[in-house]
Amino acid sequence: MGFKETYDLQNWGEAKSSIYDKTSRDVEVALASGHRSIEDFKALISPAAKPYIEHMAQLSHRLTQKRFGKTIQLFVPMYLSNECNNICTYCGFSFDHRIKRKTLTDDEILREITEIKKQGFNHILLVTGEANHTVHVDYFKKAIEIIKPHFANISIEVQPLEQKEYEELNTAGMYAVLVYQETYNKARYGEYHPKGKKSNFYYRLDTPDRIGAAGVHKIGLGALLGLDDWRTDSFFCALHLDYLQKRYWQTKYSISFPRIRPAEGVTVPEGVISDKELVQLICAYRLFNEDVELSISTRESEQFRNHIIKLGVTSMSAGSKTNPGGYTVDPESLEQFEISDERSALQIAELISSNEYEPVWKDWDRSFV
Amino acid sequence: MKKLVIGDKEFGSRLFLGTGKFGSAKLMEEAVLASGSELVTVALKRVDLETETDVLLSHLHHPHINLLPNTSGARNAKEAILAAQLAREAIETNWLKLEIHPDPKYLMPDPIETLKATEELAKLGFIVLPYIHADPVLCKRLEDVGTAAVMPLGSPIGSNKGLKTIDFLEIIIGQSTVPVIIDAGIGAPSDAAWAMELGADAVLVNTAIAVAGNPVDMAKAFKLAVEAGRMAYLAKLGKLSVVAEASSPLTAFLG
Repeated sequence: MGFKETYDLQNWGEAKSSIYDKTSRDVEVALASGHRSIEDFKALISPAAKPYIEHMAQLSHRLTQKRFGKTIQLFVPMYLSNECNNICTYCGFSFDHRIKRKTLTDDEILREITEIKKQGFNHILLVTGEANHTVHVDYFKKAIEIIKPHFANISIEVQPLEQKEYEELNTAGMYAVLVYQETYNKARYGEYHPKGKKSNFYYRLDTPDRIGAAGVHKIGLGALLGLDDWRTDSFFCALHLDYLQKRYWQTKYSISFPRIRPAEGVTVPEGVISDKELVQLICAYRLFNEDVELSISTRESEQFRNHIIKLGVTSMSAGSKTNPGGYTVDPESLEQFEISDERSALQIAELISSNEYEPVWKDWDRSFV
Repeated sequence: MKKLVIGDKEFGSRLFLGTGKFGSAKLMEEAVLASGSELVTVALKRVDLETETDVLLSHLHHPHINLLPNTSGARNAKEAILAAQLAREAIETNWLKLEIHPDPKYLMPDPIETLKATEELAKLGFIVLPYIHADPVLCKRLEDVGTAAVMPLGSPIGSNKGLKTIDFLEIIIGQSTVPVIIDAGIGAPSDAAWAMELGADAVLVNTAIAVAGNPVDMAKAFKLAVEAGRMAYLAKLGKLSVVAEASSPLTAFLG
């Protein structure tokens, strides 16, 4: 039994209509509520909430400070591999792209982390495509073993695995697993993922259940904003979060807000979420869930990231490369997507400090794993 | 005023501080100094033990300030004990704020694991100050296994909701043989003063100071409130009375 059963009780079209039917009265009720429900969340992400964004931002700011203080955690992604057997029509690593594929060797991993470490990072996110014959649980275990002495906190964003495999990685020293559903619209999901293991919608949908059951410390969720109506996708994501938090109560949760970015051989879909709407969404998540971590990547522009610090986010990546070996081994290898904010980790730390917030490089200790 | 004694140490100040959530390490240091606190807790997970110049610790190098490492992040007794041993080695103190909250949403302390870890750590020579729910029986059980103090919560950590557990705190204070430090939820100096008036031995504050508009002034306000509350407790507050005491209709015949 997993989220599938809860998901199947929902209907995409009806959920979408109920969001777009929300009125300013619904928004005001949601804003005034002490314990906000999923219906309140719908109201807060609805078009009716647009005139209330400043009010939402004020509330989000206060709630975030109360829970997380005046701090922003910093992390860095490290791409281990761009090998992939899936076709994802929006992704630079898609199987049908005739590009040079690369998977880092043990020695290359060590060279990359030596370079990354110089920037001051202590939290690292390992990213791959899905190539189960070469980039599998044993590969991840080896990578964690190499990286563990150098980083306090290791997270992964890789293909969905089995519960037993998550348990093995948890024991090896992994802290968190990030897995985005991309879109919760089952029909559209099939169009975007026509080939490969990833084309199985429900296997991906139930992945966070397997991660939770494995006792992993943190689960990261998200929808790839721009694949379908961002409001409806975000409603399903919030529903997913609520479901998981009740069942896997010892687990922390984070939400990311990946917006579609340009990538090799990819056409960016029309109608992506605007900056204003993304702020609305971030604030809505905070008002709905006071303790969920909210993360913003370098997909976002300098201008946007300069202003987002006080609005509800709790972690940011910085100085990111989205290609395997991008930090020193092979800077020219193919990237997953173009990043937008190219400032260094130090510059981002200074930006955070200039907002009178503390950049936090370490908030975990490997003695806990 | 009589000093507070915990383990082998005497404290002139009955205000303890948390060091998280501040906008900068420098501001944290200024607030700690303004508060007059002599015991500050530091999350082990925030400290980079591999560098000798950890930002957080380097701002707490003052002769009157004692460090109280905490195990925030530990989900069970085993993890907490491991973290405690690491902290003892790296921070060179056997003092420990034991925090075991397996629930990351409300950060509620796990009473079973906390009791287990306290017993083990006390045997290992630690001065253990466990963060717990306001549970009078648990407090007595902790005393039995050698706790140095108890740290019951006033309301959920970081909530600033004040003393929601007041009825249980009063029982704990009334029957404790070890110092009682009200740990979580204290949102305003008035809450701190109230806790001290009730007879708490000390309070620990973090969020209310760290996220205040002016953390340094707020730290001073807490200092004064804790002192005032303690003084009021020692001066013995007048008892509350719900009725006038002019007559005794049931016992007047006794003359």
